[in-house]
Amino acid sequence: MRDMKENPVPALLYKAFVFGFGSLCVGYLVAPIVIALTMSFTSGQTLKYPPEGFSFRWYEALLDPVRSATEHAAAWNSLKIAGLAVLGALLFAVPATIGMTRMRRSTVGTIEPLLLAPLVLPSLVYGLAALIVANFVGLQPSLWLTVTGHIVVFGPLMYRAASVVAQGLNPSLAEASTVMGASWFTTLRRVTIPLLMPGILAGAFLVFIQSLDNVSVSLFLADAQTTVLPLRMFALIEESLDVRVAAISGILIGLTLVVMLVARRVLAPAKQA
Amino acid sequence: MKASGFPYVVPMLLLSVAFFATPLAVLVGFSFSGPGGATVEHYGRFFGDAFNFRVLVSTARLGLETVVGTTLLGVPIALLYWHSGRTARQVIIFLTLIPMLTSNVVRTFAWIVILGRQGPISETLMALGLTGSPISLMFTEFGLLMAMCQIDLPLIILPLIAILSCTPVQFTEAAQVSGAGPWRILVTVLLPLMLPGLLAGWILVFASTSSSFVTQAVIGGARNVYVPQLIYREVGTLFDWPLASAIAVVLLISTGCLLVAMTMISRHRRLVGHA
Repeated sequence: MRDMKENPVPALLYKAFVFGFGSLCVGYLVAPIVIALTMSFTSGQTLKYPPEGFSFRWYEALLDPVRSATEHAAAWNSLKIAGLAVLGALLFAVPATIGMTRMRRSTVGTIEPLLLAPLVLPSLVYGLAALIVANFVGLQPSLWLTVTGHIVVFGPLMYRAASVVAQGLNPSLAEASTVMGASWFTTLRRVTIPLLMPGILAGAFLVFIQSLDNVSVSLFLADAQTTVLPLRMFALIEESLDVRVAAISGILIGLTLVVMLVARRVLAPAKQA
Repeated sequence: MKASGFPYVVPMLLLSVAFFATPLAVLVGFSFSGPGGATVEHYGRFFGDAFNFRVLVSTARLGLETVVGTTLLGVPIALLYWHSGRTARQVIIFLTLIPMLTSNVVRTFAWIVILGRQGPISETLMALGLTGSPISLMFTEFGLLMAMCQIDLPLIILPLIAILSCTPVQFTEAAQVSGAGPWRILVTVLLPLMLPGLLAGWILVFASTSSSFVTQAVIGGARNVYVPQLIYREVGTLFDWPLASAIAVVLLISTGCLLVAMTMISRHRRLVGHA
């Protein structure tokens, strides 16, 4: 206290640093998203920013089924792959989470790193490894190979999200249900899974988003017919800087915002703070 | 009761072993394979080319520069979070999650607009009279670094916020009452408190930079090549899979070593901080 009275400058500098520079940093973080979004409404032919005028022309071009047939197919492929990856993650990761809650801590500590390893490994390296093995066993790149790759790489996200919730659960809840005479299936359906739901939903959301965005696995495992949306955008950017990319970006940002607002509503009661 | 959990874990465990561990083992084996048995020929080819070695070094450098950049930008945001009220804190989390959940390609596209000849940076510099003709930061290392720092920033903010959100305000109030100024509190209380989060963030940022593909390829351009593009070129264009595998193994080992080194450095500093 004495220090501050003697010299108010450091305290003011600190305030300026935190509130001034801190806000600038937040601006740096968010500005590109705002720029991509506003760029998509340009009436111009180029990526000149600020945009020359306001129009929906690039959205119209993007929605045109003839002009943008490739983009529509790519978007559809991406949605299919992401949906199937979520399904796969549900089938593999959710049971694993439930199983882990019923095992000794030391066993969990041994197995868990293996399950989470795909999150640490660069997915590009994994894509290459999977391509080599697929080639050995005579499989060509395909939609299904891509889906398998996405389940392996993003399934752990589901596991992690669900196990964060599982760790906070009271094991006596499931025990109580069993003691009261419920079968293991009823306990699962009526007690364990509903309790895990916030984690499962968060996991599904993460897997879906990551799968939709993935380039490095799809790059190796998808065939020519299954172009995925991010790779198609990549091609559009590399070839011609087509302004339709801005419209695709606009739609993806809009979707992210909507999903986030929905997720807040759905998950808010479960989370404190 | 305790042992009954294992069957639930089996499917995912099998998936991990069959579709994750096995391919990786095959990749490593493949990188040593030659017509006449095991060989280190592919590694020799990789390191024999000075260009490849430069690519490896610049990949590590980009990763470390991004770690420094995201730290310089992320810590002030974390501090802003710390000194904000409940609503402002939620706004900061929301603003961090939007870019994080937005597609990487979208964020890269945004940077193409920003860095381009007709983008806001060029226009501003022109308006200020700092440059006579439009400039483009595309295909430059600096432009790429600016983009990477923004794209990876959430990865360092979220672990920091996770720590700060469960730290009671009394933590710094105690220091304040004892007469410490704000800067002293920052250095002696807040930074040591955030160190585990920084470490987690550094690892995430470094791993993300050294293995991501799109941003480097698009904004770095053909002149700035990094390891992921090198691997893709060997696979997609030159069809040299054994060499690609060797590069992948080198990438794994070198990033692994740097990550371990980063962990050790931060542990060490933490010890110093506590002493």
